[in-house]
Amino acid sequence: MKKARVKEYFTFPELLLFSAAALLTLIICVCLGSVNIPLSDTVRVIWCAICRLPMPEGISDTIILSVRLPRVLCVALVGASLSLCGAAMQGLLKNPLADGSTLGVSSGASLGAVLAIAFSITIPAIPFAGTMIMAILFAFLSMMIILSLAYRLDYSLSTNTIILIGVIFSMFVSSITSLVTAFASDKVKNITFWTMGSLQGTSFLNAGVLFAALLIFGGALLIMSRELNAFAIGEDNARNIGVNVRRIKLWVLICVSALIGVCVSIGGSIGFVGLVTPHIIRSITGPNHKRLLPACMFAGSIFLMLCDLISRILLSPIELPIGVVTSFIGSIVFVYIFYSIRKAK
Amino acid sequence: MIMLRVDNLKVSFGELNIVNGVSFSVEPGQWMMIVGPNGAGKSTIVNAISQGTAYTGDVFLEGKNVKTLPAKELAKALGVLSQSHQVSYSFCVDEVVRLGRYAYAPSVFSVKKGSDDDIIDKALKDTGLYDIRGQSVLTLSGGELQRTFLAQLFAQDPRLLILDEPTNHLDLVYQKQVFALIQKWIKDTGRCVLSVVHDLSLAKAYGTHAVLLDHGKVFASGKIDEVLTKDNLGAVYQMDVYGWMRDMYSAWQEEK
Repeated sequence: MKKARVKEYFTFPELLLFSAAALLTLIICVCLGSVNIPLSDTVRVIWCAICRLPMPEGISDTIILSVRLPRVLCVALVGASLSLCGAAMQGLLKNPLADGSTLGVSSGASLGAVLAIAFSITIPAIPFAGTMIMAILFAFLSMMIILSLAYRLDYSLSTNTIILIGVIFSMFVSSITSLVTAFASDKVKNITFWTMGSLQGTSFLNAGVLFAALLIFGGALLIMSRELNAFAIGEDNARNIGVNVRRIKLWVLICVSALIGVCVSIGGSIGFVGLVTPHIIRSITGPNHKRLLPACMFAGSIFLMLCDLISRILLSPIELPIGVVTSFIGSIVFVYIFYSIRKAK
Repeated sequence: MIMLRVDNLKVSFGELNIVNGVSFSVEPGQWMMIVGPNGAGKSTIVNAISQGTAYTGDVFLEGKNVKTLPAKELAKALGVLSQSHQVSYSFCVDEVVRLGRYAYAPSVFSVKKGSDDDIIDKALKDTGLYDIRGQSVLTLSGGELQRTFLAQLFAQDPRLLILDEPTNHLDLVYQKQVFALIQKWIKDTGRCVLSVVHDLSLAKAYGTHAVLLDHGKVFASGKIDEVLTKDNLGAVYQMDVYGWMRDMYSAWQEEK
């Protein structure tokens, strides 16, 4: 009999396990907050809402249905999208430190969103589409600028080059964002939102948009798992085995920009999510994107839901921006990865 | 049928002409060695053929212009083994070799596997990696890593193999292994190899044909013995290569 090969795909039991964990986290996060709601009540209200039954008496269903649930859903979807983007970029660039926030793509998307709001760039009839499209556009532009600057310095896109350019680019773009928010302070949410992010006050509509984006662009990224594997081994090797390197790269960048753009326009720029989860998950599933990407989506949503929970209850009733929590954890993980790469060399 | 035809190939970086009008061709059964001193343009030629560098002039694979070939068709015709590999993620040997079948997979959604498994197993066995196929590539020695990518190439099953100093960083044992494997591959499949080699003794021992380069131009080309002559090498390397080689090897007399 042949020995069993290494598992190539995300197996059904794993899928079940991950989605159960995500669901459990979601329900716990809905329960806890400035007002704690018993688990049984939460489950009952959600169940009644799904089955369109009359609401049970004596439970604060508005807190659950119109405040907590949409917010936690948005958090989960943003977490899934951002960590999927992080994993995809780390594969594409063959660099475990690549992420929307370390490269400066999120900052770029923030600038786009802020500009759209400050200059009232809207698309009639579709709410927040102007902001979103500008965020996506600026995310893509940032990516192009960062990569072309990096390629100009060294073609192999070494860690140092990417980090350096990412930092400089973020600083530059953030300064413009601050300037614009200062001038248009009557229209634009304060700068903390755009640099640290928050999903306070998000609606089911936001969750729907996030879900659609994740379905389309996240789905496209999942389809490109095999190509991402090839890139993660090396771009030259990818070309050699028959990957259409230019086309795939462009598509990955478009998908990543679109997802980051949508996330930023709804939740501001939340740092390091795309860095932390892929790093942890890679040590469990291995680097194969067929397994890594789906696992990252679930883990990312769990991670961000927990971060959001901490930001809500740590100093309750004061709420911390969610980016404070993710950046706190993320920068520690960043330093850890950076040093372990240097050590390996 | 001519497998590879390179016609008036030119590559320049800015003002600098690295390759200046090179033409040659490779036919099935041949092991063509590209030799020449440092800076003669050996690796650049290989990069251009594999579409890794911009060039002018034409490269034909089986009569078709390489520039017009879709990426997957190109991969089926042409496989490249580079000098060294840097891996950053802990893919296992099997996964890297399996990627060699990328060009043959009908679509992303295909789940068909059976036939690929046999080809991959054969590639792993031929390169002696079958027992460590589950091991992470990060833990491999230089020789094992190079053999992993060679196995990927065998799985890719191209009709022309291009090697860019394939044993540059390898110990003698691995040099011998890799060259013997490739020689066997040519024999078994009747296909052809184009390789850049620094070591003239290796070129002479394994090559059937050669292109001798000097400053981006072809100095001589044809059968290996007709190209690597005392006069040709002396003119290109500006030294008595034959004498130097003999001196080197005379230091290796059998112990008595």
